[in-house]
Amino acid sequence: MKKEVVERLIEIVGSDNVSTATADKITHSYDATQEQHLPDAVVYVSTTEQVSRIVKLANEVKIPVLPRGAGSGFTGGTLPTRGGIVMVLTRMDKILDIDSENLTAEVEPGVVTAELQRRAEKLGLFYPPDPASKEFSTLGGNVAECAGGPRCVKYGVTKDYILGLEVVTPTGDIIRTGGKTLKNVVGYDLTKLFVGSEGTLGIITKITLKLIPKPAAKKTMLVQFESIDGAAQSVSAIIGAKIIPTTLEFLDAATIGCIRGKSDIPLPENCQAVLIIEVDGDPELLDAQAERILTIIEPFQVLDTRIATTDEESEKIWKVRRIVSPSLRQVNPDKFNEDIVVPRSKVPDMIRALEAISKKYNVPIVNFGHAGDGNIHVNVMVDLREEGMREKVEIVMDEIFRAAVELKGSISGEHGIGTSKAKYMSMELNRETIDYMQRIKAALDPQNILNPGKIFIEDALQPAQS
Amino acid sequence: MNMNKSLQDFEKVIRECVKCGVCQAHCPAYLVGRKEGAVARGKISLAAALLDGEIQLDEQLQKDISMCLMCGSCMNKCPNKVPTHEIVGAIRREITQKQGLSLIGKGVSTLLGSQPLMKTLSKGGALLSPLVLKKVPESSGLRLRFPTPLMKDRTLPQIALKNLFDRVPEYIEGRPSKPVVGFFAGCSISYAYPEIGEQMVRILKSMGFSIYLPRKQNCCGIPALSSGDGALVEQLAENNVKIFSEREVDFIITACASCNGGIGEYYQTMQKDYSEFTGKVVDFSVFLEKQGLFEQLAEMERWKQPTRVTYHDPCHLKTQGITAAPRAFLKALPNVDFVEMDAADSCCGLGGTFSVYHYDESKAIGARKVAGLIESGATQIATACPGCIMQLQDIINHAGLKIKAVHILELLTEALEQ
Ligand SMILES: Cc1cc2nc3c(=O)[nH]c(=O)nc-3n(C[C@H](O)[C@H](O)[C@H](O)COP(=O)(O)OP(=O)(O)OC[C@H]3O[C@@H](n4cnc5c(N)ncnc54)[C@H](O)[C@@H]3O)c2cc1C
Ligand code: SF4
Ligand code: SF4
Repeated sequence: MKKEVVERLIEIVGSDNVSTATADKITHSYDATQEQHLPDAVVYVSTTEQVSRIVKLANEVKIPVLPRGAGSGFTGGTLPTRGGIVMVLTRMDKILDIDSENLTAEVEPGVVTAELQRRAEKLGLFYPPDPASKEFSTLGGNVAECAGGPRCVKYGVTKDYILGLEVVTPTGDIIRTGGKTLKNVVGYDLTKLFVGSEGTLGIITKITLKLIPKPAAKKTMLVQFESIDGAAQSVSAIIGAKIIPTTLEFLDAATIGCIRGKSDIPLPENCQAVLIIEVDGDPELLDAQAERILTIIEPFQVLDTRIATTDEESEKIWKVRRIVSPSLRQVNPDKFNEDIVVPRSKVPDMIRALEAISKKYNVPIVNFGHAGDGNIHVNVMVDLREEGMREKVEIVMDEIFRAAVELKGSISGEHGIGTSKAKYMSMELNRETIDYMQRIKAALDPQNILNPGKIFIEDALQPAQS
Repeated sequence: MNMNKSLQDFEKVIRECVKCGVCQAHCPAYLVGRKEGAVARGKISLAAALLDGEIQLDEQLQKDISMCLMCGSCMNKCPNKVPTHEIVGAIRREITQKQGLSLIGKGVSTLLGSQPLMKTLSKGGALLSPLVLKKVPESSGLRLRFPTPLMKDRTLPQIALKNLFDRVPEYIEGRPSKPVVGFFAGCSISYAYPEIGEQMVRILKSMGFSIYLPRKQNCCGIPALSSGDGALVEQLAENNVKIFSEREVDFIITACASCNGGIGEYYQTMQKDYSEFTGKVVDFSVFLEKQGLFEQLAEMERWKQPTRVTYHDPCHLKTQGITAAPRAFLKALPNVDFVEMDAADSCCGLGGTFSVYHYDESKAIGARKVAGLIESGATQIATACPGCIMQLQDIINHAGLKIKAVHILELLTEALEQ
């Protein structure tokens, strides 16, 4: 990067917060996809004005800007694939306000999800979206990816809790969308446009969130099954009985194999599927509801049920789920992780399709996820050192996505598109739809400064004419 | 002699980091500045880059590698159990090998810029004046941890006029039916807190054990490890193992969590097989619990006005899963009304020699404990590591609180004296 540009960056954020040192480039070159691309510079920002000035500078010198939260993204959203300035927002981490009267919170984007949740819960309030990464992911990153989590079956995903945003546009202007009220129909709903935009349409610098009263109590259950079919049938049966648990998480046999011995809860060899079920609400009704669920699922090859009676026990159950994601590499060194989603009644069909694909190509496929909303984390575990494996994976992925789309599902439920899934967009969306999106991008970011090369496999050919 | 592992030896585990970022939630060095270079994942990526020849031991890398308390908290929560603290140790040794010991020390503090080197000693600082230090052996970790002039405003340990070895005989014969317990006291207990050591000996004696407190025991090596002085670590390890083999012992007990991590955990990772020695190392709370002391304490008449005490988890015990025994100890004491605090397991910030070179960050890390401490309503915070006691008292003093940091064994003394 030109010295003069570095100097101007220093002018904006101070020399302590700009670096072009190799070490800093390396430590800001990756996210949870494990791919690496070196940026030209790393900048730590602390105010909206700084963000705006840097984006304006980037437009002037035509250098990409990559917003970065905790770098826990699974689709390469924050990777500087074309170099540029990695802009880190973790230090904008103030909780500005929690309003118990209006049930809202205002935060800076670098606030860690669980931090807000703890603060809100101390006041009897509740921020439901709970990605498994909540202890370290940032709310800015959650908004940019529209993160979801186990609780979303009942409470919805990040987008359902965003009331308003302050955003620095791709050209460096500062705009405000939505506001503190639940109702707001003034102009386009820009808030929704930014949720899930993966840092391509603007840099979020402030977030107004909706909170709800904290459910009085919850009850967590862990059920072990002899087969995945038993678990899948149980999910259908529970929902068929018109019960919407807070969460309905499943782990399949291969997943259980990866965490056996690592969890506090013993998972015996004949346990081939696990469902984690949580219900919340009035404590008086919970026991009855839990009982009812256990009765409903009884016919479906249940091996063992465990109902947590304390917070610690419930935490123990949840830990089983949380250690999954990162423990998979045991099966094979290379992981291809996708988070497809199908209508929830189709979960058993999808699992069967996955099993068939796994058999057909002789590759282990490890599945777990949010059975309650049909979101399945599919992990194709391979060893890329084997000859022809890369090509094989391509084919396997292709078939998986096709199967999901055929079942009227989607190729990504919560992790976004980034670089990892760009090439599959056309499987789900027709040309006109992708084109429409690209025209929005080109109109708002005529120089393709913000997070270029993400979501779309090719840049829009021509910037919009003004 | 090359008994420490080299960076190369860690290649396999370095590649096992999946870059998930989980360590961000647990790394004290990261949480105070939220900079990726400070977190375990960042350091692992630098270690990988070093192995791949993509980076040299340059200035920014050294800064990042210096930002580590070697507390092991990351590994504790890492899904793949990547031992970042050990890897950091290996890189620090490479740095000192190449550039001499001064680098991590002097170099880093120069980089920090603001630390007024060789400034006049503050009132507290004078405690470890060269004169007082004369009483402490050359190789002691206390010298590395508290090199005085650097640390203005620091609450420092008093060096006792009579150290532990002047107070307790080398060998105490117990009942013949009872095993022989070796006592690894460590520098802090030997020279700054001999009363804790005396209590350790007293309780073991009263339970009938024979006790061996070798005069020639050395520093465990944790501060040397932390500052990258590999040769010194090797020398200390060799000597300690040798000294404790001079008499048949069944256990080697520690009352200092860092020492336990040093002679127990670290020696285990070394190339040479020390398992005969390390297999005997046991923390005092775990040992006393097994020997049934807590039941006896629980039978004592409870005080009418017990002290409200909370507990701080020393990292070196926490990462070994030793969290219940110290708490059970406190709950059993008749003079203690135990309360749990928020952030009980968050690091105090001392971190080997970390607080010497990063005193501001070290204070900020410790300050994360203050809110929980106040909220708990405790008037004393007990722990199982003299290093943590010094650091906790420093944090408490800076926060202007009237809370005392104590060792669990000091509370035992109080209970038994009544
Ligand atoms: C172990 C593990 C478990 C996970 N579990 C879940 C899960 O259950 N559900 C789920 O949805 N996700 C999950 N994820 C994925 C990831 O944590 C989420 O996508 C999260 O929202 C990313 O947040 P982040 O702060 O790490 O963002 P980053 O990875 O830093 O960035 C992600 C994207 O957001 C953009 N961005 C970041 N901050 C801003 C901002 N302020 N303004 C504009 N754009 C911005 C970046 O440019 C990038 O495109 C998991 C990840 C891991 C490693
Ligand atoms: S928790 Fe472990 S595997 Fe995950 S990023 Fe940190 S060191 Fe790597
Ligand atoms: S050892 Fe401690 S300070 Fe060092 S990286 Fe791990 S958690 Fe952070």
